[in-house]
Amino acid sequence: MSESSILQRASLGAWLEAMGRAGRRVLAPVQEADRVVFGTPSAPEQIATGFVQTPGSAKSVVFPPFDEMLRFRTNGEDVHVEEPSIAAEPTVLFGVRPCDAASFATLKAVFTWDSPDAWVESRMANLTVISVSCTQCDEYCFCTSVGGGPGSTQGSDILLTPLDDRRWLVEVLTEKGRAAAGLAPQLFAPANGEAASKEKLLAQVPVRFEAKEVAGELPSLFDHPEVWKEQSLRCLGCGACAFVCPTCSCFDIQDERVRDQGTRLRCWDSCGFRLFTLHASGHNPRHVQSERWRQRVMHKFSYQPERLGVTGCVGCGRCSRACPVDMNLGEHVRRLSEMSV
Amino acid sequence: MELLRDKAKSLLKSGAVQVVIGYAAGSATDRFRPHFARSADEADRLVFGDGCRQNLAVYLLKPEVRAMGKAAVVGGPTTLRTLLQYAVENQVSDGSAVALALEDGRVEELTSFAAVEEYLAQRPHGLSEEDRAELEQHAGRSREDRWAYWSGELARCIRCYACRAACPLCYCEQCITENNQPQWVPVASDAFGNLEWNVVRAMHLAGRCVNCGSCAAACPQNIRIDLLNQVLAQEAMTQFGAEAGYSVRKEYALSVFKPDDKETFIR
Repeated sequence: MSESSILQRASLGAWLEAMGRAGRRVLAPVQEADRVVFGTPSAPEQIATGFVQTPGSAKSVVFPPFDEMLRFRTNGEDVHVEEPSIAAEPTVLFGVRPCDAASFATLKAVFTWDSPDAWVESRMANLTVISVSCTQCDEYCFCTSVGGGPGSTQGSDILLTPLDDRRWLVEVLTEKGRAAAGLAPQLFAPANGEAASKEKLLAQVPVRFEAKEVAGELPSLFDHPEVWKEQSLRCLGCGACAFVCPTCSCFDIQDERVRDQGTRLRCWDSCGFRLFTLHASGHNPRHVQSERWRQRVMHKFSYQPERLGVTGCVGCGRCSRACPVDMNLGEHVRRLSEMSV
Repeated sequence: MELLRDKAKSLLKSGAVQVVIGYAAGSATDRFRPHFARSADEADRLVFGDGCRQNLAVYLLKPEVRAMGKAAVVGGPTTLRTLLQYAVENQVSDGSAVALALEDGRVEELTSFAAVEEYLAQRPHGLSEEDRAELEQHAGRSREDRWAYWSGELARCIRCYACRAACPLCYCEQCITENNQPQWVPVASDAFGNLEWNVVRAMHLAGRCVNCGSCAAACPQNIRIDLLNQVLAQEAMTQFGAEAGYSVRKEYALSVFKPDDKETFIR
């Protein structure tokens, strides 16, 4: 359904205004002090450009750090339950990288695979993703190893590729994309063969391994006596990797109660935490960090491809940039792929 | 670099230690990663440079590392102070770990707590000029400004607990934030829950923190949580004369009871 056109960067403000008039909330990477975070830009100049990747992922737009599931009040035997509205605000996510756009397919597969998750589903249904191709990458990027690419259209409703410092090549990819572009159709000029130059403008992201091959080989490495221990020896067991990851979707449900009332919350959780699998009995089926690290790799590169037909990793490199001890996922999976050949 | 590698190799060869915990080159030119050298080959990958700031003493308590045998740990003054604070808190016994103190390219092997104490006694104590200036700048702001600053900064916390994991003195088997009966610390990573978590953590480290900065370096949100610890370290020093990690005989303020305590509520 790809349709190419040209958008002047100077027209972005007019397009964003049209989105606002149509009742859409706009979220984009914005510069705040020394960091780039997702926020609502008050002017197009506020939208950050020139970054390789945002430290935090875009998943919080559909799967925030915590969700209030219900509120309850007890009165003797009576329990009064109040459920918050799940109706999501129509939202345009502007300026994410193609790897983040791709991550929504993984999240969707997880949150709809048996019983659909009403919150995530509603937010996804109301989300339009306008991503921007990458013209630069760093040593942590490995999207091309997991089926993505710096100009991949996967998961985007519209993909913009910077042609120069004045113009974007616009690829409208879905009905939602068409609706977003249709809010200000006069801003889009027909392309005159610019699409042909797209590939040349993209970052060169080296392929470090083939995710499809790795998925087939990992099960045979499950019981490897050394490699998981070696790779995870320096792991400190924190949740930084999982919490910046655009596809990590594990959560923990807890009731916070004060006397006769409380709130049921689901909060991000991480398989790197010792507590993640700790049983009430005291038994822990993943009792050492190497088993937790193995779970992280297996889940993303073996279980999710096998069971859900999606890649559990989009190669954004955030986990490796954020890791306090430089656990580099791309490097470690590459090593695993070399071992198993 | 060669001095460090040679020292590591000789310690490993003589059997004085079974592992040298140091730094190796990381994913990028300005990045280093913890490295566990158990052989001469592995010792050849040890490096040391400006970016080697993570406090590696954190690994001395890790079961996987303890299982390797006796360890030597590479580091600067804050790593050495951690060793002494571990001693005070009965986490590491005298002679069970070697410190390889690095300074201006020289390597000094310290095999006992007394040797570490002596080494540190000859070097400046307290905060660096840079840290002191930064704290004074914060202290000079109004209460409202500081509240606005910390409310904003802590609202960013995602509760990944990288600060806790990277901190050598956050070694509790079960952290108070994981206790839900009663729920001491709110679980949601909202402004209130995050404030509570970070303040509880800072208070637990008051008088124990050795100011290595590993918590802030680990924070994926770039929050300067170490500033909270530094303020409390100064407070503990002023109130109780407790400066963590310079002596194995020093009791730390929050773990002692004295009949003549200056606070009436505790007497």
